Amino acid sequence: MSLDFNVPSFEVIRNEKKCIQCKVCIHQCSNMVHVYDEEDAVVYSNNNKCVNCHRCVTLCPTEALLIREYPLEFRKNTNWTRQAIKEIYKQAQSGGVLLSSMGTPKTFPIYWDKLLLNASQVTNPSIDPLREPMETKIFIGRKPNKLDFDNEGKLVTVMPPQVELNVPIMFSAMSYGSISKNAHEALARAATELGTCYNTGEGGLNKAFYKYGKNTIVQVASGRFGVHKEYLNAGVAIEIKIGQGAKPGIGGHLPGKKVGEDVSATRMIPIGSDAISPAPHHDIYSIEDLRQLIFSLKETTRYSKPIFVKIAAVHNAAAIASGIARAGADAIVIDGLRGGTGAAPTRIRDNVGIPIELALASIDQRLNEEGIRNSVSLIVAGSIRNSSDIVKAIALGADAVYIGSAALIALGCHMCHSCSTGKCNWGIATQEPFLVKRLNPEIMYKRLVNLITAWNHEIQEMLGGMGINAVDSLRGNRLMLRGIGLNAKELQILGVKHAGE
Amino acid sequence: MKKIYALEERCLGCRLCEVYCKTAHSKSKNIIKAHKEEDIESAIFIEEIISEKQISYFALQCRHCADPQCVKACISGAMYKDDDGIVKNDKKKCVSCLSCILVCPFGAIKLGKDGKTVSKCDLCVDYGKSLCVEKCPNNAIELLEEHYKKEI
Amino acid sequence: MLNEGEVRIPSGCAISGIIDRTGCRFNGNDIIKSITLMHERSNGLGGGFAAYGIYPEYKNFYALHIFYDDFNIKTETDKLLFQYFDIAKDEAIPTQRLSTITNQPIIWRYFVVPKTSQLQDKRISDNDFIFNCVMKINKDYNGAYVFSSGKNMGAFKGVGYPEDIGKFYMLETYEAYMWTAHGRFPTNTPGWWGGAHPFTLLDWSVVHNGEISSYDTNRRFVEMSGYICNLQTDTEVITYLFDLLIRKHKLPINKAIQILVAPFWSEIEKLGNTIKNDLKCLRSVYSSALINGPFSIIVGCNNGMIALNDRIKLRPLIAATKGSKVYVSSEESAIRIICNNPEKIWAPKGGEPVIVLLEKEQI
Repeated sequence: MSLDFNVPSFEVIRNEKKCIQCKVCIHQCSNMVHVYDEEDAVVYSNNNKCVNCHRCVTLCPTEALLIREYPLEFRKNTNWTRQAIKEIYKQAQSGGVLLSSMGTPKTFPIYWDKLLLNASQVTNPSIDPLREPMETKIFIGRKPNKLDFDNEGKLVTVMPPQVELNVPIMFSAMSYGSISKNAHEALARAATELGTCYNTGEGGLNKAFYKYGKNTIVQVASGRFGVHKEYLNAGVAIEIKIGQGAKPGIGGHLPGKKVGEDVSATRMIPIGSDAISPAPHHDIYSIEDLRQLIFSLKETTRYSKPIFVKIAAVHNAAAIASGIARAGADAIVIDGLRGGTGAAPTRIRDNVGIPIELALASIDQRLNEEGIRNSVSLIVAGSIRNSSDIVKAIALGADAVYIGSAALIALGCHMCHSCSTGKCNWGIATQEPFLVKRLNPEIMYKRLVNLITAWNHEIQEMLGGMGINAVDSLRGNRLMLRGIGLNAKELQILGVKHAGE
Repeated sequence: MKKIYALEERCLGCRLCEVYCKTAHSKSKNIIKAHKEEDIESAIFIEEIISEKQISYFALQCRHCADPQCVKACISGAMYKDDDGIVKNDKKKCVSCLSCILVCPFGAIKLGKDGKTVSKCDLCVDYGKSLCVEKCPNNAIELLEEHYKKEI
Repeated sequence: MLNEGEVRIPSGCAISGIIDRTGCRFNGNDIIKSITLMHERSNGLGGGFAAYGIYPEYKNFYALHIFYDDFNIKTETDKLLFQYFDIAKDEAIPTQRLSTITNQPIIWRYFVVPKTSQLQDKRISDNDFIFNCVMKINKDYNGAYVFSSGKNMGAFKGVGYPEDIGKFYMLETYEAYMWTAHGRFPTNTPGWWGGAHPFTLLDWSVVHNGEISSYDTNRRFVEMSGYICNLQTDTEVITYLFDLLIRKHKLPINKAIQILVAPFWSEIEKLGNTIKNDLKCLRSVYSSALINGPFSIIVGCNNGMIALNDRIKLRPLIAATKGSKVYVSSEESAIRIICNNPEKIWAPKGGEPVIVLLEKEQI
């Protein structure tokens, strides 16, 4: 049947007075939206192919292009929304599971925006980070309960391995395959320059990037793609990925068309084959199994690297986190409901899991009550959008944050939510050489460095305002937070008072 | 002397360089007027290289050769190398014999839209800055010293 | 209005301290004189003193000083004390009536040692037993508050200006080898006797001028080791940090100082490898014990005195020496009024401790 019930999502509006028919838009659109008509000497647009990635708008030299939501109105109905109807058309046509990319667009509460920070007035001077030292260095890894010194003052305690970070911000796991080699290079070089880490994701580590090992966290996920001894020893830490905030309980699927020669070699799978990560690790059906994997990895690396365990924020996250800490993990990574993804079933992304703020607060509280909070590091992810989100996360109890979407946005991502098509016009979520080329690592790593440098400066300003000169003193310092517009239960879970209290 | 170099591995084939070359060499210096009201040939052009695996692109423009064939071939003295080593074309002297186009080993000289004069890169000396370099979205066109190019 | 413990109350203050390194004892006149000079730094809502070496005849007993709201709660608390301890003596702490001091609670002291049977049952040290008892009374016995629990030392504090508190407790009748004093300027308090400084636990006493911005981080850290922050005051949490690091974790004083007012990373990077590594370990393991924000404190214990500023010296602290005595204070004038021509007088840098240990241990 040729009849497609779905109308376009977007409309491309071209200002003919401004269009100089330079065809830049035509050359740039991998979705073939723009077409040049030789006969009439005009450029026209196929609205139904447009994903609103802004590539053409950004590159148009005369600002002749504008994209807006397709203005066709459905009859007003708060229950049967345009989105709900369109999804049914789509599934009735395809018979398939709906797929989505990036974080959920649904209107779940964003608690970062309902928390306010404190500042010093009179009784306590604020500190100016331009004039006084303002420290943001942190260490990720297991900490002993106490340090012992002998009579001569020599340190006796053997310190477990730590990852030293100049800023409490890391780039979260995004695999080579889901994102391009150039994107990985930009992340790796930025992490190196900033003194932080990026994460390989479950796609192995390209040989060309072993040189960035001191700033690399290698991931071991359920598909075990690209995992071998050299890989495990290549970075400064190993992350076991159990789950992801955007798709708790679901595995991964890299379509065969993205598995070219290089991805194939890196992942250690045949060219063109689908890379399917199972939903669970099939050697981890329980917490004691996790312990075995943690210690297998420690053995392989001769106990020289901290092992992180990453889980999605789910209802029982606090108890699970406690189990993970006791299973021997050196750091726990929590990825929240609003976290991003290259591709996830829409229903899972939009309905499974809990917001990162609530998960973080309850995990930090639980570990504290059990007296083991100081022994593990806590890293949170899942839609950290700016520096104040980070400050609030640390005040709720995080040691550090991972950023994924924000890093990609710095690389040009315009959040069109079409990663899974493999046709990313910004050269990020694609393996097409002519698209990958658009992400020049030389230019882009500097943008990442700029972003984190700017954020870190903002963090320092906020710390200074609170009269704090080391990020250490912000961790778990919930007195620096007040809720706004939150109910008593939310305040209780977050462990903060309401503004005005 | 600095020259314009096109870095094939970075070129996206977007052709913005052509757009800005025309603008820089227009009378109005206005991007829309230059295209809609003036008829200019770009002095830089994107070549498509189609191989089995992929299409790649390459920006082509005058190399300002040390021993330029075009200057030797010019019968009217319109094509000359100035004191800075830039190969320039004096449109007033050009008699449209098109010898330069024939001898250029790179094919970097094109016949102008008027069918009479030729169009070639002059490094935007009159404009003040090389607009193609400045506007390239992927740093694929760079103004570099000759020895520096080898390091890239 | 909510009491301390029900709400967090920051405050500014005056502090002063005197120690005789040889352990030679002297009465409370000098310390009262010194703290009185800084009258303007307090607002009448709290004053107090800690004195070390005052109970030589009971030096092997823990001296519990307790505030009671009424006799009912005293009776109830006494039951617990008599069950847990052998009590050598108990009495009202002698005070004199003053028009400036009102609303005083019942103020009692007990000289106690844990009953051997109790220790055997619980398999813990004397100190830990006392620690648990203090935590229990202060948390569960509403209206009773243990404000001093060390051996051969005691805290004397209340609501009022420190000079009046000194007179009220008749400190000129006590002799100590070390005195610390505090005048309080809380920004918001109903004035509760327990909330005055010094704050003490076992033989630790802390007088403090400042507002620590790391309070909640520090609180959560000490709570993991069983400390209960009943008062929600900075002084309380600072005391617990000292107790945790030095008594429980047995860290040398200088290492504890390197945790509480850690050297900046920029300074650490300049040091040799061994010391650099030690400091990295200290700062990473004990990062939550870093005290941030403006403060100057004088910490007393049976070994001596530590005076300390925050890392960038946001509160005043002056030190001086003369003969075997060392003086520390918020203001130079408060030292000079009791010590003519000090041999040395200086302003310690931010994060640079003044540590004065007794030449021979007193207990």
